[in-house]
Formats: sequence, structure tokens, C-alpha cells
Amino acid sequence: MRVGILYSRIRKDEKLLLNELRERGHEVEKIDVRKERFGLESTTANVDDLDIVVDRCLSTSRSLYATQFLDSYGVPVVNAPETGDICADKAKNSLALAEADIPTPATEVSFTKESAMESIESFGYPCVLKPVVGSWGRLMAKIDSRNAAEAILEHKETLGHYEHKVFYIQEFVDKPGRDIRALAVDGDPIAAMTRSSDHWLTNAAKGGETKSFELDDRARELVERASEAVGGGLLGVDLMEVGGEGSGEYTVHEVNHTVEFKALDAASEVDVPAKVVDWLEAKVAAADDEATEATA
Amino acid sequence: MTSDTDTLLAEDPITGEEIELPADVEVGEIIDSPVTGTELEVISLDPVVLEEAPELEEDWGE
Repeated sequence: MRVGILYSRIRKDEKLLLNELRERGHEVEKIDVRKERFGLESTTANVDDLDIVVDRCLSTSRSLYATQFLDSYGVPVVNAPETGDICADKAKNSLALAEADIPTPATEVSFTKESAMESIESFGYPCVLKPVVGSWGRLMAKIDSRNAAEAILEHKETLGHYEHKVFYIQEFVDKPGRDIRALAVDGDPIAAMTRSSDHWLTNAAKGGETKSFELDDRARELVERASEAVGGGLLGVDLMEVGGEGSGEYTVHEVNHTVEFKALDAASEVDVPAKVVDWLEAKVAAADDEATEATA
Repeated sequence: MTSDTDTLLAEDPITGEEIELPADVEVGEIIDSPVTGTELEVISLDPVVLEEAPELEEDWGE
């Protein structure tokens, strides 16, 4: 198959994927989105005859626009722009999970310092304030007191960008020093790991220690439903255990659409890039079958 | 520039020192400078040209 890779940086994750694709003899078209132009009818990027394009843009804004344009040209792209649109925004993410009746932390959005303070006080301390767009645990605040809340809200108000005036406030989930990242393709979990840290932020990007994790039936069900809630694709579903380690009860706090998998590949026995390419091959084969049936 | 089959040689854009890169690096790839630890981007392979990788931006991530 001919596979396009949308990117602006080839990280270890993209390298693993590129190597796997090439080892299997697939033709790869690397599309550096920084160098291309996207018009209403066509693009300077060489997307002709691509069987599928995989969005690996590190920048959320580039990811959202580039996938939208490719989709408008009829180029098959994963993840779909609709999925990216939900996953890139924590508020939309929370709404999608809640609408699908998936347990997710209680969340409020407010637009002024005053109403944000009311949200914070209604949750009580500690609670969590996150940017609606952002990743790797950046600019996330665990708020322990009213004094801290006032200072953080004031700082956010002066940060400038309008997104910092959308206050996304969430209950603090007292997780057992770890959370769970599951990588799934159209709801089917490929592998999972825990991310542990003494810090309240356990992201692997923040130095959280990773360890392979076996999902139980309940976690698998939630991963599948969370994937469906955002439109499916190659996704990183983040869960926290509620009621202590091994309780078997979870809350899903986030679904990520341009998911990194190098840490999971290293932590787990599963060959993650191989599983991702298996999925891409199956998707392309299914699309070919559909096209054949349509012309028969 | 090449040294042997396993590595490529390139100039570190920050220090000007010659550094070794894995032979399978590709355009767009981010590597850590063995001299300063700075993230460098591979701009071209023939000749091998490196530039300091762009700074992290607010919307980068998963």
C-alpha cells in the first residue's frame, strides 16, 4: 500500500512506524506539513493515489487543519478530522465521554475569573485546572487552596491567548499514584501500561515510570466505548483507577488522537508499531473490498 | 560526510563540532546533540545538514 505520513518532526514514534512500514515493503510518502500548502481544491502535497494517510503532526492546530483539508479532497486519513476535533479539546473530550455514559471526572467550564472561582469552590480543594488545549501535563494546576486558586486564575487571565480564558476545572481524582494508558485501534486495545509517579502528574512525558499493564474486562469495555465516543481510530485512552489499585473501577479522563507510543512499545511485550501497521493494512484492505463491491 | 557504514558525520550547528549520527537518520528526524543535548533536526542528508529544532510550542503534544 501507499501510505502518507503527515508530520513536522520525526520522533522515535514516527521512526518506529516508518521502519515497520518500509520493512513490510509499503511505499511511504512523508508529508512535512510545514512545507506544503493546502487549497480548497488541491494541495502541493503529493497525496495522489495514497491508500491512507496517517496524521502524526505534533502540533494540534496543524493536525486539525491538515486532516480536514485532506479529508475534503477525499483522501482517507487517520485519525479522522472529527475525531481530532473532539480529542484536541478537553471540554469536547469530556462532553463526548459523558454523552456516551462513560465514567469521567466531574468537570465544569467557566469563562471568567469569578465564575471559575465559583467552580473551584464548588469542587472544593484540591481540584484541578487544565488548559482546554494542551498536552504532556503542561500548565496543569492542582489547586490546594483559595489563595492558590486566586493566583493561578489571575495568571491565566493575563496569559493573553483566549483559550486561557476558558477555565476547565475538574474534580481531583485520588488515583493510586498511577494512571493507565491504553493504545487502541478502533476500540481494540493493542497494549496498555501504567504511568507511576510520586507527583500528581504521572504523564510519561513528565517522567512517570512506565510498566506494562493487563487490562481487565471492565477496562477493555471502557476503552472500546471511549474510542467509539470520539469516532474511533488510533487512540490513546487514559484511565484512572477509582477506589485504589486493582479496584477494577475506572474513570476515563482523556482520549488522545495523535498518540505517542514509544514508551508503551518499550514497556510492553507487544510490538506496537507492528500492530498499528496490521491495523492500517486491514483498513486499506477493507476499503479496497468496499470499492470492489461498489463497482461490481 | 560519512565515516563508516553505521554512522554519518555532521557538523553540530551550535558548537561547530563534528558529531556522529546513526546511518539511518532521515530528513525531519529529531536527534539529541551528543555535545550539548540540544534537539537538532535533520534538514538534508546529502550533504548532512542539521539545524536547531524548533522550540516547543503551546499546542504540541498528543
